[in-house]
Parts: sequence; structure tokens; C-alpha cells
Amino acid sequence: MMHIMEGFLPHPWWEIWFALSLPVVAYGIFRMNQIIKERRETLPLLAVSGAFIFVLSSLKMPSVTGSCSHPTGTGMGAIIFGPWITSVMAMIVLIYQAVFLAHGGLTTLGANTFSLGIAGPVVGYFVYKLAMKSGLNLYVAVFLAAMLADWATYIVTSIQLALAFPAASGGVLASFEAFAAVFAITQVPLAIVEGAVTALMFKYIVQLRSDVLLRMNVVSPGTIKSLKEA
Amino acid sequence: MKLEIITSGVIVVFIAAFAYVSSFGDHEWGGADSQAEDVISQLTGGTYQPWFNSIYTPPSQEIESLLFALQAAIGSLIIGYFLGYYRALAKMKAAATATEQEGESNA
Repeated sequence: MMHIMEGFLPHPWWEIWFALSLPVVAYGIFRMNQIIKERRETLPLLAVSGAFIFVLSSLKMPSVTGSCSHPTGTGMGAIIFGPWITSVMAMIVLIYQAVFLAHGGLTTLGANTFSLGIAGPVVGYFVYKLAMKSGLNLYVAVFLAAMLADWATYIVTSIQLALAFPAASGGVLASFEAFAAVFAITQVPLAIVEGAVTALMFKYIVQLRSDVLLRMNVVSPGTIKSLKEA
Repeated sequence: MKLEIITSGVIVVFIAAFAYVSSFGDHEWGGADSQAEDVISQLTGGTYQPWFNSIYTPPSQEIESLLFALQAAIGSLIIGYFLGYYRALAKMKAAATATEQEGESNA
């Protein structure tokens, strides 16, 4: 499991991460309202992307390290709607888990929103754009974006904890190594599975609503044409 | 079909890795966040106390897994509903164009 637990970020760190996350989420809400008003046809895909985060972040999976963690599901939202809107969906999931499941927390909501809803999706968004620009297959691009978005989330969680709890000897870097050994390594197999599942999900969306993806500039007409011919 | 096979393959390898690791040694399969808690207490010499407690904690493991399952169920329901809706829509559209063309060729 990835979220920083309730009460586990001391002052001033929990405030800092709130200060960084809240403006992003606020702008994300603005963008979401805009898209709901102006592009109603995207609404079902928005629901599916949010639901995808809901499902994946509820699955606690065992990893080769002998401990469990869960995927993030944010890659798809980031690719289709961008990081702003994805940050809102991620925060909703985090609030659900903090309030009903004692998983994550309200005081650490800012930090967790930053890692799950902002850092991961930003990485996923840019990896996708870069991969598409370099002419990779669409599903390979989705796979890479979702996998790295997942992994980046946990790297950022490790950084957040390392900053708040620097080691007595070796400081932030030493404690980052300690936290990354827990989070980042456990996450590798999960990130690979998440990438593959997201690519498959994306395939179904391309099959059913490529028109929406075209209008959102997620894919080019040429890409769709070559996929449909294949 | 190709992507389905690849994805299934990845999941099979994942399960195999789990089975392999399970087959030796003693693993708790606990959450990575409680391991992080151990790292924190090591780094601070056990002095750190969380300064805020969860406002609600599921009273038992069973209820916690119920709420997690609920989360997954709500998500799956939404995904299944819309994908099914679009699939049927695409089929009906294809059928409609087929009958239209038939009508034209008969005329």
C-alpha cells in the first residue's frame, strides 16, 4: 500500500504538500467543469477513467518482495484528460480511502494527492506524448506511460517521507534509499502489470470511442487508421 | 487478440513470481506502508508518534475488505456499463447502415 498514513507527516511537511496540491486540484476542478459543459460526449470516458482509478487502487497485490502494495490506475486519465483533471479524480479516491478505510489520511491527503494525483499523472502524460512523438506503437506508449506513472508515484512517496524523516547519518539521501527500498522495489512488478492492463483497457476505448480520442487530440487520425487496418 | 494474450501473459508471470516467492522463506505479505512505518521508527529511534489518528477505522478485517470490495465493485460497474453501452451502440449503428445499404441496392 502506498499512501502515507494518517498523522505520519510532521509539521511543516503536511502543510507544504497541501499548499502544492490544492491549487492544482482547484484548477483541475475548473478544467473538469469546462469539459463537462463544453464536451459532454467525453463524460462517459471521464467516468470510466475515474472508475479505473477506483478499481486499481482497491487491489492490494502481493509483490516479489514479500509485501503488498497497490497499483494506481492514474495513467489512463492522464493520457486522455491530462494531469489537471486526473488530480481531482485521484483526490476523490484518496478521500474515500482516508475516511472509510483508515488508509492514507486526511492530514496526509495533500502529500498523497501530490504523489498519486499530480506527480504520477504528469510523468504518464509526458511519457505518452514523448513515446507517440518518437513513433512507438500506441499501446506500447500507453504501457510505458501507465507503468512509469505508477512507479513515479511511489518514488515521490519515498521522497516525501525522506524529506520529512532525514536520517541522522546520511540525511535525506540515506533515508530516501531506505524508503525507496520498501516502496519502489515492491512496486516494480505491480507497475508492469498496471501498464499491461491499462494498454488493454485503452485498446477497448480505441475500438469503441476513437472519435472522442481524436477530438481530444489524444491520438492522430493516422494512428487510428493504421490500428484499424492491422 | 494479441494484446489480450500479452496482458494475460504478464499477469500469469506475476502470479508465478508470487507463487515462487511464497514457496520459500517466511513472508508476511503485509502492506508496504506498515513497512515504511518501521523505517520511520528506525530513523527516528522510535520517537515519532503520529500526531493525528484516522477519524474512522473499520472495526474488523472483514469490514475493511468489504469496503475495499465495494470500491472495486463501484468502479467495475461504471466501466462495464459504459463499455457495454458503447459496444451495443456500435453494433446497432453497423446494423442500421447495413439495412440502409440493402434498401438502396434493392431500390
